[in-house]
Order: sequence, then structure tokens, then C-alpha cells
Amino acid sequence: MSYELVVNGRAHQIEEDGQTPLLWVLRDTLHLTGTKYGCGIAQCGACTVHVDGQPIRSCSLPLDAAAGSQIVTIEAVAGAEADALRAAWVKRDVPQCGFCQSGQIMSAVALLRVKSIPTDDDIDQAMSGNICRCATYNRIRAAIHDAAGSSFSPANPA
Amino acid sequence: MSWRHGFRSATPTRRRRRIGCLPLLAIIVAAIVLIAAIALRPRTLPQPGSITAASLKREVTHLRPVAAFASIGDPAARSLALFAEAGRVIQHPRCMNCHPRNDRPTQTDAMRPHVPWVSRGPDDAGEPTSRCSTCHHPANFEPSGVPGNPKWKLAPIEMAWQGKSLGDICRQMLDPARSHMDRAALLHHMAEDELVGWAWHPGGKRSPAPGAQAEFGALIKAWLESGARCPS
Repeated sequence: MSYELVVNGRAHQIEEDGQTPLLWVLRDTLHLTGTKYGCGIAQCGACTVHVDGQPIRSCSLPLDAAAGSQIVTIEAVAGAEADALRAAWVKRDVPQCGFCQSGQIMSAVALLRVKSIPTDDDIDQAMSGNICRCATYNRIRAAIHDAAGSSFSPANPA
Repeated sequence: MSWRHGFRSATPTRRRRRIGCLPLLAIIVAAIVLIAAIALRPRTLPQPGSITAASLKREVTHLRPVAAFASIGDPAARSLALFAEAGRVIQHPRCMNCHPRNDRPTQTDAMRPHVPWVSRGPDDAGEPTSRCSTCHHPANFEPSGVPGNPKWKLAPIEMAWQGKSLGDICRQMLDPARSHMDRAALLHHMAEDELVGWAWHPGGKRSPAPGAQAEFGALIKAWLESGARCPS
């Protein structure tokens, strides 16, 4: 069956089974390999993308449920929050092996869009579903604080 | 020449036995062949056996039908017996996992804390930054094993069941201040609510609640009609 999938602002006709995980479509059909396969059971967060603005584990979302939504992947996530996080990620040299980092960034962007100045508890809550085998959690938390304190915040708009 | 000869005769040297390389190699090869022969000797192969039925087929549990309680003459005793049978569903992990005692759901038949760490949030469907719908969608998704339902959320904290006796759960259900339901709404919730109905179709390796939702609803209806008595 054919499904129309809007990814990063572009519409694609996808000829796949409706129960194909969105992650498979992104990586194997659209070749957007920035979104990673980690566990395949929605336990690690490496496959996080935004679906209609919400962070979603793409390994656990069937194609037929994703069709008709606006999907944004790490390749195109944009805006003040994303820019601030990228800068903070580089400044803090956050990644170690880097495999989980696209999912971490996608969850962090979604967090800052909801809470522009998150507390440690807010960060722990929002990022708890993103696992990092290199245990870069302290740097991730520090970078999110850095990004929140940078010029993008509503209190100090860019 | 003769001197040399005489010297040799007078003090004969002890001749050392030497084992050549070839015999040593032959001994090693023979040892390897012997070990291999012992290790690879013909033996009876393990006989194929069937996997135990328990691991292949999920244990099916039934609910006793309402008619099975008709022989109990005392209405109060019949009401209690009906609720005890319904309690096998109410206290099943498929139901209890979403009626936690605090803000954290549990999961699996072992009712362990939910992984990842999540909280009920303001609408019982997750915090704004970590919604249930991050992972749970309108239907069970077999490729990832993640369960789903359109109404996926926790029961309100006023309807916490974990850690409570069946009698306490019963009294809580009948208290509209805590259950937010009158008896008609309670019956509808038990007999027809689709999220409750998920408990009989949980997907994956999850054990379903006993019986069927219609049987469970019939038990609740009969319990309500027989006086809705609660265990002590």
C-alpha cells in the first residue's frame, strides 16, 4: 500500500507495509540515517524523531500511524532551541561514541520548547527515555542548561 | 693413531641415547589421534524432545460464569462470591499496572517499575515532556512489542489499587468521590471501556486477564444487582 509521509517538509510516497516501523522507512527508504536504531523496542530513545512536534520513538510507530503527520528528523530540526543546543553540545564536547546523540538532541529540543528554563528534575524527566551507553549524562544535562541560559530563551530572545 | 685408540679403550665414554625428531613427532601425532578418537567416538545423539507445552501455549484461565453462583441462596454471600471472582481480573497485573499506588506505572506480569522512568503528569497520560504517546500508540505494535490503545493512560490517583486489599478496592470503586463514577458508569467502565478491554488482548507475551471482558462485565453487573457487597 502507498502512504504519503511528510518528512522534513517534503512529501514522499512510501510503498511499504503499513506496519513497517517509521524508523525503517526513514533509514532504509528515505536514507535519513541520522536517526539511529538502538534497541528496536522503545527502550533507548536513539530513534527519537518529532511527530507533529512531539518526541516519538520511531521504532515503535507504524507507518500507517505516521502518515499524515509532520515528521522532523535530526537532519532538519531547526529553530532557536536546536541552534542553542548544537552550540552547547559542541562547547561541552558532549558526545563520546555519539550513537545516541541524535535522539538526545531531539528529546532536548522538545524539552526546551515546553520548558525554556528546565530544572535538573525537568531534564531528568524529559531525558529519562534516552539511554547513553557512554554515560555522558552529566555533560548532556550541563549542555541543556547552557542552551537554556543562552540567548534563545523567551526571557532573552535572540 | 694407536695412542688415540688406547685412550678410547681405557676410558669408554657413556653413550647417551638420543631420540630423533621423527619418532618424537610420531608420538605427538599418535597422541593427537588418540585424543581425537576418544573425543569423536560414535555416541548416541540426544533424542529430539518436544518443548514443554507451558512455554508454547499461554495458560488459559477462565472466569466462572454468573450462573455458577446461582446456587448460593444468601444474596450477600452470592454478592461477595461474585466480587471475589471479578477480583481475579481486578487484581490481575494487566489491570493493576495502570492503577499504581503513586505516580509511576508498573509493567510486566512481575509488576516491576516502568522502564523508562515516567510519571503520570497532569492528565494521567504523562508529563508534557514525556507523554505516554512517546512510545504507546493506538494499537499494540508487534514489531517493537510496545502495547497500545487509543486511551492509554493511568487510572486517577484516587483509584490507586496497588497495595490495597480487594475489600478496600471494592469500597473505593463504590465511592463516587474517589472513583468519579456512579454505578452505571462503573459497570460501563468494567464491561465496555476499550482500555479496560485491552487487558484481554494485551499482545506480545503478556498474559491476558482471566476470561473475557463480557464475562467480567456480567460478573460486575450481577454483583451490583445482588447488593454490591464488599469483602471485609
